Amino acid sequence: MPMTPFQTLVIIVAIASGAVITRFLPFVVFPQSKTPPKIILQLGKMLPAAVMGLLVVYCLKGVSLFSGSYGIPELLAIAVILIMHKWKNNVLLSIGSGTVLYMVLVQFIFK
Amino acid sequence: MKEQELKNAFKAAFPTTIPVLTGFLTLGIAYGILMETKGYNFLWSGLMSAVCFCGSMQFAAITMLTTAFDPVGAFLLSILVNARHLFYGLSFLEKYKGMGKIKFILIYLLCDETFSIVSVREPSEDINRKYYYFFISVLNYIYWVMGTVMGGLAGGLITFNTKGLDFALTALFVVLFAEQMKDKKNYILGFIGIACTVVSRLVFGADNLVIPAMVMILYILVAGRKKLCR
Repeated sequence: MPMTPFQTLVIIVAIASGAVITRFLPFVVFPQSKTPPKIILQLGKMLPAAVMGLLVVYCLKGVSLFSGSYGIPELLAIAVILIMHKWKNNVLLSIGSGTVLYMVLVQFIFK
Repeated sequence: MKEQELKNAFKAAFPTTIPVLTGFLTLGIAYGILMETKGYNFLWSGLMSAVCFCGSMQFAAITMLTTAFDPVGAFLLSILVNARHLFYGLSFLEKYKGMGKIKFILIYLLCDETFSIVSVREPSEDINRKYYYFFISVLNYIYWVMGTVMGGLAGGLITFNTKGLDFALTALFVVLFAEQMKDKKNYILGFIGIACTVVSRLVFGADNLVIPAMVMILYILVAGRKKLCR
């Protein structure tokens, strides 16, 4: 262990504090006893769909289209997920089939 | 009566978290192993996961645990890496209204996965929403802490090739994105989210994309709110 237990605890508390601030800030600034400004309510409605797009791209941030496997495993797996989802409309089945395909691709084909 | 309500809520919540179970166990185990190799045993990695519960920041912090002692830097980096929680809080101001005592827990345990599931998958009418949100949050939390401890304890014992298993989380976001897009009014919002993040990835690189993407999304949504918000 490169740090003393005390130093490690301080780092843990520092990281936790940062996370806690980002989690609680909106609820502290806009307590439920008061109605938040209209613009905040509108943002609350618009953000989920936009953020879901952000999260998808965020997960793929390490993919390079010009080297390695050229993003082909990711592209194929996502295509299968979307097709399965359109076809069977079963969340777990879509995720399961896409993940298994991805594992097969990165373990056996695009090594 | 209450017991039955809890049971029903659990039965509704658990299936929605199975992809997270897969992803968090895999990533948690990877984290536990990595911490172990840096000299922090399962107690330390477990404590870190239990108190901080922020996967991407925890991975980033491994370097901070092995170089010079810099708590202020760790704190600031944590705010930056976790800034996306601000969006989750804003989105859930209404949803988490009137959640009573458990509201604190729901907020403390907010994470990408819980946010995605809760914002897309509404429970049916007969399910107690409060318990439903509670179980989703707590289950996801347990998976992460459990994975971390397992990795620290027994990471070396895993013999099958887990490469690619963490894609379950990407798949989860893809499916929940697809669910959002069932509502035509969300097309343009989803497009804005993807476009801003792609641009941010290209301009700022893989390590610094979140904050610029958030700023762009925020700017466009605020500027276009009259047309974008139904």
